[in-house]
Amino acid sequence: METLEQIKNRCELAARGAKVEIVANPGPSQQSSLLIDNEHAVPVARFLRDHPALSFDFCSNVTGVDWLDRVAKKTAKVKQVVDGVEKEVDQTTEEKIPGYLEAVYHLYSIKLKHGPLIIRLRTENRADGTRLPSLTPVWRSAELQEREIFDLYGIVFDGHPDLRRILMWDEFKDHPMRKDYVQPDDFEWEPTPHDEVLERAKQHYTSRPQLDGAEKITAPQS
Amino acid sequence: MSATIETIEAMERPPVTMTSRLDGELLEVSMGPQHPSTHGVFRMNVALEGEIVRKLKPVFGYLHRNHEQIGEDTTYLGSMPYTDRLDYFCSMTNNWAYALSVEKLASIEVPERAEYLRVILAELTRLQNHASLLGFLLSDMGAWGTPLMYAFREREKILDLFESLSGSRMMCDYMRFGGCRVDASDEWLSRAKQIVDRFPKFLDEFEELILQNEIVIARTQNVGKLSPELAVSAGITGPMLRACGVNYDIRKVDGYGIYPRFKFRIPLGEHGDTYDRLMMRALEMRESVEILKQALAQIQPGPIVNPKVKVRAFRPPVGEAYGRIEGPKGELGFYLISDGGPNPYRYRVRPPSFINLTVLEDMCLGHVVADVMVILGSVDIVMGEVDR
Repeated sequence: METLEQIKNRCELAARGAKVEIVANPGPSQQSSLLIDNEHAVPVARFLRDHPALSFDFCSNVTGVDWLDRVAKKTAKVKQVVDGVEKEVDQTTEEKIPGYLEAVYHLYSIKLKHGPLIIRLRTENRADGTRLPSLTPVWRSAELQEREIFDLYGIVFDGHPDLRRILMWDEFKDHPMRKDYVQPDDFEWEPTPHDEVLERAKQHYTSRPQLDGAEKITAPQS
Repeated sequence: MSATIETIEAMERPPVTMTSRLDGELLEVSMGPQHPSTHGVFRMNVALEGEIVRKLKPVFGYLHRNHEQIGEDTTYLGSMPYTDRLDYFCSMTNNWAYALSVEKLASIEVPERAEYLRVILAELTRLQNHASLLGFLLSDMGAWGTPLMYAFREREKILDLFESLSGSRMMCDYMRFGGCRVDASDEWLSRAKQIVDRFPKFLDEFEELILQNEIVIARTQNVGKLSPELAVSAGITGPMLRACGVNYDIRKVDGYGIYPRFKFRIPLGEHGDTYDRLMMRALEMRESVEILKQALAQIQPGPIVNPKVKVRAFRPPVGEAYGRIEGPKGELGFYLISDGGPNPYRYRVRPPSFINLTVLEDMCLGHVVADVMVILGSVDIVMGEVDR
């Protein structure tokens, strides 16, 4: 397989205006990845699949990652004048990196038997800008996996043929794989609630909607 | 009941025809989740025209427990026993895939004897998985009981081996980062050798009884055809991909573990139909027997675990890794991101049987309802892995 640098250059030449960035992997696994801008993701993906020297025809794994807002601390030596004397002082600058969601694709080539090439797509933020282009038109194997990411992470894939919840039920509201997800406490409908669960259950009983009148029949006579 | 009511009813009833065909109208049937041949709690919404499938939408999630989130909330080693519960037929290969990914993440060497034990156990897992799959598939087709019991008789012997080695028949929790948990005694190895040597006899018998059976051929040939182009694009892996004639076996391609040391062939199908998928399993079992014979002859005494690996306070360096193996059902991969802490930041399972279901609709369209069960059976799914 060609080096990431070569593949990056090829991608930028093939899709005009595409911004491809190498995301270094600090670990020992030697699996660095390419970050592709959202606008050109589909043409770049198509290029990666169709180019004879690359032919990444097999998209093995598609997954989401949630990166929360974080603060990166940088320490740098700065010259400062303290009490009339110039000194070198450590100055830490804090840089706020806003959070984002990521979709990670692991590509292999069945024809040339090489891989993995890892490509990443990033959303603008974690709140209202969680849209990414779908790569399902390029690799069909992303179909169910992108649905799973939509379900568990809340990334909306534009151009996906059938974007619905897949593992959670359709009425479910939140996205349970996000790092700031808080579990609701109303799923513990025990047949005989007691202690803590009873207290919690009482709160939910009051707000429980009337279903069809059936519960009135079994309710004890007061 | 009086006669007058009957006549009124008869007048209001639509005219009855002899076919069950609803012209122009589709009948939606929900197959599952409680159905004997969905292998667990799996549902398919099928739109039928008469008996012909015109649309099929799989419905997942009945066994969803957010395995990945649980994996992120526990330590690296803490997830090892939980990987057994993914595909509960093949806990050994699940363990191996997870251990392999963590070994990539933290660059851990594995001693030679441990590699041999891993190959032996993975191939034994493949034998019992494929044998029971054939049994289940025939059971779905209506060969009720007998073939399944034939297959389970062989599976039982292998599970006994697992039990005597790891203490558990199905939930083995056997592998560790940088090796295996307990060593195999010489007595265990000779028992394994005996079972492996006798296995081809079972295969001969099974193939003669079942795979040349007229009814099996009629039910499976030209049913659920899958083209190699679609299979590659849809990420189909394992025996299902090779049944379409695509030569891709991760044991050969990646050469993980010590697989390059063994001589074995990759069986390939021609038509990509259900019969090919069935035959693929039978042929792969023969190759697994070959690998096992070589591995059991070559294995040497030695350490089984890398002593440098920390068991408590195990913290891989910051980074990410994707490791994959050729599981009995296809490519089983684990994608891990470490932030330097004791838990993985991201823990992802690439489940082969889930992704192999992508093309279920494509394979079933135009076939009758009864074929849906056979096609689904030939995909080889385990819901513990599909829903995670």
